[in-house]
Amino acid sequence: MDLLLTMMQSWPDWVQVALISVAKILLILIPLLLAVAYTTYAERKLIGYMQVRIGPNRVGPRGWLQPIADALKLLTKEIIIPTNANRYLFLMAPVLSITPALAAWAVIPFSDTAVLSQVDAGLLYILALTSLGVYGVIIAGWASNSKYAFLGAMRSAAQIVAYEIAMGFALVGVLMAAGSLNLGEIAAGQAGGFLHWYLWPLFPLFLVYFISGVAETNRAPFDVAEGESELVAGFHVEYSGMAFAVFFMAEYANIILISALTTLMFLGAWHAPVQTSFTLVPPLFWFLGKTAFVLFFFLWFRATFPRYRYDQIMRLGWKVFIPITLVWIAVVGFFIFFTPFGHWFH
Amino acid sequence: MNARVKRLFQSFLLWELLKGLRLTGRHMFVRKVTVQYPEERAPKSPRFRGLHALRRYPNGEERCIACKLCEAVCPAAAITIESEERADGTRRTTRYDIDLFKCIYCGFCEEACPVDSIVETHIHEFHFENRNENVISKEELLAIGDKYEAEIAAARAADAPYR
Repeated sequence: MDLLLTMMQSWPDWVQVALISVAKILLILIPLLLAVAYTTYAERKLIGYMQVRIGPNRVGPRGWLQPIADALKLLTKEIIIPTNANRYLFLMAPVLSITPALAAWAVIPFSDTAVLSQVDAGLLYILALTSLGVYGVIIAGWASNSKYAFLGAMRSAAQIVAYEIAMGFALVGVLMAAGSLNLGEIAAGQAGGFLHWYLWPLFPLFLVYFISGVAETNRAPFDVAEGESELVAGFHVEYSGMAFAVFFMAEYANIILISALTTLMFLGAWHAPVQTSFTLVPPLFWFLGKTAFVLFFFLWFRATFPRYRYDQIMRLGWKVFIPITLVWIAVVGFFIFFTPFGHWFH
Repeated sequence: MNARVKRLFQSFLLWELLKGLRLTGRHMFVRKVTVQYPEERAPKSPRFRGLHALRRYPNGEERCIACKLCEAVCPAAAITIESEERADGTRRTTRYDIDLFKCIYCGFCEEACPVDSIVETHIHEFHFENRNENVISKEELLAIGDKYEAEIAAARAADAPYR
């Protein structure tokens, strides 16, 4: 190790910076991809339990190796490219959908010190990248040249656009409360026990944000883009093997991302719920624990709610969520600027 | 008015969704009913209709007298029988084939049989690895019958009071 460090010091600066950055990226991405793999396992197991089954338990002890087996299976399968598909777009689409899902993690602060890049407009960056994800879906639907894929992509695009707005407004509320776009500062503003979390003053926005997050990631009960009963599998019907797996990974990476963002902006990030003079549990574990808790709700929803009808999804997005967020932003703004009770919202 | 206010509050507080979540949340801790198949098995009725077998009398003589009632009753025409007169003057089959792809496991052959020769056993785990193995011959059927005679007889005895 020492030898390695002395070797590194003799290299030019940019090489050192690049190497350290790559190491940090790997430190985030490898656990993230493992988490993605095991989220699929947790989902199958949890839905099984809620349906009074026991879920996968054959591969490895209690089924622990199931995600590995799934990954190996998908790796060895053939990627079929339909004759009428546009092969370049067809192969680009999964890449386009996973890139934003992974790149967004660059600005997520895991604790007060552990963050890959301190971006002052971090919230804006997150909004921009999560919106980019829809391109993967649209291009996949278009390039497949299949009516089911196309319909799924159209539905998905309309849905993501609708909920993007409500989500953006919910985040406006957060940045009004925090007074900053920097995710680290937003999290730091919630220090001092669970009563200081933005969850309470921004409760309607929290609900809207979380439900919009479920809709953004095309998860049940908002998974009309897949809608097995009417569209087979939606935008990724024509995909197989690793190309399909990449879409799958993007979906789960997005779910984990939304969970992490909800934790970060509403649930006090890495702060312990009760402030004590000593820290028994490191901040990173609080962050990951809360994220896992939010993630649990995604799976719980999937096991509980039947799929929304398409027009109901649109109604909920445009006619319910956007007015609620607008009203609450107005309320927060009114209290902050015109009354002495502004500190309630900080 | 009152009802409308109540409804508004219920829908905004996601009341019914929470009730749904509570239900599935409770089910997470309910005892699981999964039967882990190869190790655990669900009980099987003595009337279970699985793979076929031809039985013999205790003295080793095959029961089948080639009356062809099973062939006639078979709704899927899965049974093919050819017969001849044996040296001792009795009529016996020379060929008794069942096409298991045609067979619908209705059990009519067993009901039609006057000498309880053709039976459907409790065996349901069988497979074919080559073409034509789905047609099983008289020898194979007799071999199955010899192997599982004890179980076959026990199942028939258990079911006899209800016939």
